[in-house]
Amino acid sequence: MEVPILTQGQYLIASIQSALTDADLSQLREALIERVGRFRARGVIVDVTALDVMDSFAVRTLRDIAHMARLRGAETVIVGIQPEVAFAMVQLGLTLKGVATALDLEEGLTFLDGVARERVERGQGPFDRGPGHRDRA
Amino acid sequence: MATTSKDRPSPAAGLPVQTQDTAALLRELVAHLRQNRTQLREEWARRITRAQLLTAMTEAEIFAEATSVYDNYVEALETGTFEALQAYARNLSERIIPRGVETHEVVGIVLLLRDVLARSLFAKYHEDFDKLNRILDAYEPAANRIANTVAVGFVQERERIIRQQQEAIRELSTPVLQVRERLLILPIIGVIDPQRARQLTEQLLRAIRTNRAKVVVIDITGVAAMDSNVANHLVQTVEASRLLGATVIVTGLSPEIAQTLVTIGVDLSEMATVGDLQGGIEEAERLLGYKVLPLEELAPKT
Repeated sequence: MEVPILTQGQYLIASIQSALTDADLSQLREALIERVGRFRARGVIVDVTALDVMDSFAVRTLRDIAHMARLRGAETVIVGIQPEVAFAMVQLGLTLKGVATALDLEEGLTFLDGVARERVERGQGPFDRGPGHRDRA
Repeated sequence: MATTSKDRPSPAAGLPVQTQDTAALLRELVAHLRQNRTQLREEWARRITRAQLLTAMTEAEIFAEATSVYDNYVEALETGTFEALQAYARNLSERIIPRGVETHEVVGIVLLLRDVLARSLFAKYHEDFDKLNRILDAYEPAANRIANTVAVGFVQERERIIRQQQEAIRELSTPVLQVRERLLILPIIGVIDPQRARQLTEQLLRAIRTNRAKVVVIDITGVAAMDSNVANHLVQTVEASRLLGATVIVTGLSPEIAQTLVTIGVDLSEMATVGDLQGGIEEAERLLGYKVLPLEELAPKT
């Protein structure tokens, strides 16, 4: 099943609706990375609220999306991980290190706005990655 | 069978005969115990007091309990069924455990009763040694089973209470508190075993979701010791919370725990730690964008 990707201002929102196969996940990754450039997006939100299982491939794909999007100039935040899923993930050692996470879509948007604001305050462009930038753990 | 027993009245006559014999002896025994109820029961209560058992109870209480134990004892001897006695032992335990009666006291009094009754049998049958032997043959197994039943009932009741209390502690000890909009506190007190650690994590993650928490302060001032399992679980809790978008600050690591964790080499580099709960809350407020000021600093300067 293809994952719908919405644009909202400078952000892309991918809302996963049901369990995905590995092929679906790869397809999502490619579509998102391509659109980051096409829509000149500054942020990517992947909503996984509907997922009640997350395997290592899914986690790796999400991490790859975040890292690849960063290379293309967009910050990624994963939102809506369920408590049970989070617990299972850490037990399997899948912790999405270096990738921002937020409670839900609204929080994700707030987070991306905050990142943009911080950079403006530092005198950079909203999404420029200046020296001394630290990924939010 | 009846013919056989008449022909050969020796003990080798076969089991059913012996059982019949035993039953008859037990009946005789019970009659004897009923007859001397007052005197034996008083003797028993006296010996309990002399042995300084059941010191938590008054003499009148001991006597009252002794009476019912005695009657139940005789009844169990008579009927050979132990259900009533078991129920009574449970009931008795329920009453006396909260008063601090120990296991050795309960076992002690039952054994005393056994001795008192055995002595009275010696006194009654000392002239007929053969009969005394047979009476004791009938009495001893039953008496031992009674002692066993009462002791087991007492210990089971104790274990039930312990389990109940453990359950209560487990439920009491894991509150997740909201102290400010989007700020949760999880004070952990006591010993953390794997089961409790898991429960804590699940509760915390659920609370993060329902309260939409952004920062969580886990205070472990009340945790006396920590091993690598628990430490790793704590790290997992921190990471799982982060996956839900919440930052975790751990506070109140005691010197002992700090030393243990570094010595056993648990990697806590991912964990934000602050010395005490106050510091943790201040740090959390900073992360949430709060600043707490004394009122006079807010008042307009004149």
